[in-house]
Amino acid sequence: MAGIRIQSVTKRFGSTQVLRGVSLDVAAGEFVALVGPSGCGKTTLMRIVAGIEQADGGAIDIGGRDVTRLRPGDRDVAMVFQSYALYPHLTVAENIRVPLALRRLNAWQRLPAIGGLLPGAADANHLMEQDVRRAAEALGLRALLDRRPAQLSGGQRQRVALARAIVRRPKAFLMDEPLSNLDASLRVQTRREIVDIHRQSGAATLYVTHDQSEALTMADRVAVMQGGELLQVATPEAIYADPQDLRVATFIGSPRINTLPAETGADGMVRVAGHPVGLWGARPGPLTLAIRPEDLVPAGTGLPAVAEAVEFLGESLLLHARHEATRTKLVLRLPPEARAELPAPGAAFHLQFDTTRALLFGPEGRRVGVSALSGEAAFV
Amino acid sequence: MAERATPLYRDTPRLLLLALAGLIMLMPYIWMVAASMKPLDEIFRASLTLLPERFHAIENYGKVFARIPVGLYLWNGLVVCGGILFFQLLFAVPAGYALAKLRFPGKEFVFGAVMLGLLVPPHVQALPLYVAFSQMGLLNSYTALIAPFTISVFAIFLFRQFFKSLPDDLIHAARLDGFSEMAIVWRVVLPNAWPAATAFSIFSVVAHWNDLFWPLIVVNGQDYATPALGVMYFRSAEAGDDFGALMAAAVIMTAPLVIAFLLAQRRFVEGIATTGLKG
Amino acid sequence: MSDAALTQALPRPARLALGETATAWLLSAPAIIAYLLMLLLPTLATIALAFTDFELGATGFAWIGLDNFAEMLSDRGFMTSLRNTIIYVGLVTPGSIAGALALALLIEAGTRGRTFFRAVFFLPVVSLTVAMAAAWQYLLHPSIGPLNAMLRVAGLGAPEWLSSSSTVLLSLAAIGIWENLGFNLVLFLAGLTAIPRELYAAAEVDGARHAWQRFRLVTWPMLGPTTLFVLTITMIRAVRVFDTVAVLTQGGPNKASQVLLYTMYEEGFTYFRLGYSAAITLVFLAIVLAMMWLQTKVLDKRVHYG
Repeated sequence: MAGIRIQSVTKRFGSTQVLRGVSLDVAAGEFVALVGPSGCGKTTLMRIVAGIEQADGGAIDIGGRDVTRLRPGDRDVAMVFQSYALYPHLTVAENIRVPLALRRLNAWQRLPAIGGLLPGAADANHLMEQDVRRAAEALGLRALLDRRPAQLSGGQRQRVALARAIVRRPKAFLMDEPLSNLDASLRVQTRREIVDIHRQSGAATLYVTHDQSEALTMADRVAVMQGGELLQVATPEAIYADPQDLRVATFIGSPRINTLPAETGADGMVRVAGHPVGLWGARPGPLTLAIRPEDLVPAGTGLPAVAEAVEFLGESLLLHARHEATRTKLVLRLPPEARAELPAPGAAFHLQFDTTRALLFGPEGRRVGVSALSGEAAFV
Repeated sequence: MAERATPLYRDTPRLLLLALAGLIMLMPYIWMVAASMKPLDEIFRASLTLLPERFHAIENYGKVFARIPVGLYLWNGLVVCGGILFFQLLFAVPAGYALAKLRFPGKEFVFGAVMLGLLVPPHVQALPLYVAFSQMGLLNSYTALIAPFTISVFAIFLFRQFFKSLPDDLIHAARLDGFSEMAIVWRVVLPNAWPAATAFSIFSVVAHWNDLFWPLIVVNGQDYATPALGVMYFRSAEAGDDFGALMAAAVIMTAPLVIAFLLAQRRFVEGIATTGLKG
Repeated sequence: MSDAALTQALPRPARLALGETATAWLLSAPAIIAYLLMLLLPTLATIALAFTDFELGATGFAWIGLDNFAEMLSDRGFMTSLRNTIIYVGLVTPGSIAGALALALLIEAGTRGRTFFRAVFFLPVVSLTVAMAAAWQYLLHPSIGPLNAMLRVAGLGAPEWLSSSSTVLLSLAAIGIWENLGFNLVLFLAGLTAIPRELYAAAEVDGARHAWQRFRLVTWPMLGPTTLFVLTITMIRAVRVFDTVAVLTQGGPNKASQVLLYTMYEEGFTYFRLGYSAAITLVFLAIVLAMMWLQTKVLDKRVHYG
């Protein structure tokens, strides 16, 4: 199960600590998305795995081999760059062929014209042509093999970059926001293809993105990064429903998760502005109560709120509201049929939520245990 | 790659190579300055010591100032370069604006003429211009030195390219504000084209300060000699083999532009690079 | 299209009564007049002169067709001059380009000393050529010159550099390389900084282990347009060589350093044979145009990857 193993990697640029001891394993055949806001260090981490950047401390293993001191070309990784980084003077076929030629041919054999006549070169060239053709076919590039990158569309260039990555069957794929330069519809379509390529290759894939929907839809596991450290690594479902850190909870999910300042009283009851919400905290003190927009519903009783606006999204609608006592903005995601019964803007109403899906975070943002009132009292 | 901070010991071979190449480049300057401070007998001994045994700078430089009107040459250089640049900008900026931002019949034709002009080196016009100036009795005058260069097709081309990149809305807004077209050129467009204007100015001054070909043709005698001619006169007529004084004269005439360059190094390099790349 | 529509649609209180066409011609008028007087007419006059036997001071002239060009073919001085110019260009162009590229790569390979070395190599570009020629004359002086002093210390001979017909062209070319190197270097540096860093990263990941492999795969092809431009401009600058010859050798010894522009200058302004001088000017112009044609028509297609 040897894929990529990142062990306590640290890196600083000048006075900025970019990576604060990051450890992450990507098993062979596994697809891990590294997601975080821009500047969180995710691209630096990927460049360190590729060997383009040197870590200040820590180690990188790829395929069970310590590659920390190896050059990028010796690490058996392929990388897809955000800008694709295709060689503009080479055709599509030549671009895909570069990583093979640099590995399989010696300096003499690579010489133009006469190189092909040297012993061994003919066989090697034949094999390479086959590999190039196979990679091109996998990405539907056969008809474009003789074009130059400038003659291709953004989507086509992106496929060439992928073909160049898969052609030599590396142990690990590194992808640095490969979809961010594509337009929206193409982006969604290409997600699937990248996952398929990954499945067929059986390699370990580390995929950097700032787009949480890419991370959630594509990855086996999602690693959320912020401020140079990994906050949580888990399946997309767990990251969404069971975040261990308030920063993960607020980063993942759109619209953003609702957060309300709360407090555990001496009696163990969790209250929001004095209003008990049907949860019990472990020990007295301030808390943050977090509830996903789809887990909040308007009701006759519960937390008092004031309706502000309604946004219709098609498959659902969003009700924007305000919790007056704490001056907190709230969002509810409701089925479109609910429109008729919604409170008018400015009207007061009440909110209820499923206490089993409510999340509590301690003052440092770590998740704390919840015990909800059992049975039918689950809604407050 | 370049972003990585290489430790000094690994950078040393590179720096040594560059230093060696730099030393070779600077050789003429080093020996020029050294010789300008040596007495003649030391120079003729051809020793390899750079520092003079007897400091003779005052005598050498004094000789230059005594024998040739250094100030006049430098002043002539200033007048000629300044005059050329003034007219080049005066003529080229409005034309560049018209070609970039106005629509008029014949525009393609005018631009074609500009492109054609770019192909012809200035030496080609020298003979007829010389005849014309000599017929008009204008040899040995600032006019003869400046007039042929008042038109710079290169400047028109450069300004057109630069003005084209300015947003049309800027000009529309200026018209709405009541500016005349002339005012738009000088008060709206040119202030927004400083990079191009400085780049071209540096390019022009460097070219004409150093030019020898045309001054050699139209000037003889001291009165209108430019620095380039001055060095030439001093060398051929007055100094003979007096290398100490000759080097002193060379240092004096080279100094103004070199000092300007050292003071505004980035502007010079960028100016020459941008004008060079577009030309 | 869209901006045309916009201009039409905009109300223009300040619109001149003259209208856009008149404004445009008015703004261009000074440039057009100067262009006609100082550029177009003289150029045409030079072309016309080349077909006459006009001499300054002579009372009249005659149209003599291609006689001037025929004379060139049998004029040993001119043929030497042409040959010398070609040799000079042939030495200065590769020398100053290769040197500039090597130094640009060295400068760009690290972060230390960039501005400093750039300034050092650029210095000759802003230095008064005539003055620096005088410095070179001293440096290369056969008996008192520091270069020969060094060679003597090293036990090597003392060539006559500028005063021997076998070395004079070589010496002038060396000075030419020295003059042009900094200019080319600055252009190469601009070209190098324009290469996307990610291409180097991609090349490393693709297995380009050695600096030479990355140079072949990324730097050299990406520098293509810059190199072509530098090539053309260096050739054109080299064909124009005049100052160093005028100051240092006046074409000598024994015509060994005659070059086109200097021959043209001598014929025209020393012997006042304007017709013949104009014909030489046209040869010079033809060479310059051929170089530009080579750039745009032949080579340009091979370095722009569109």
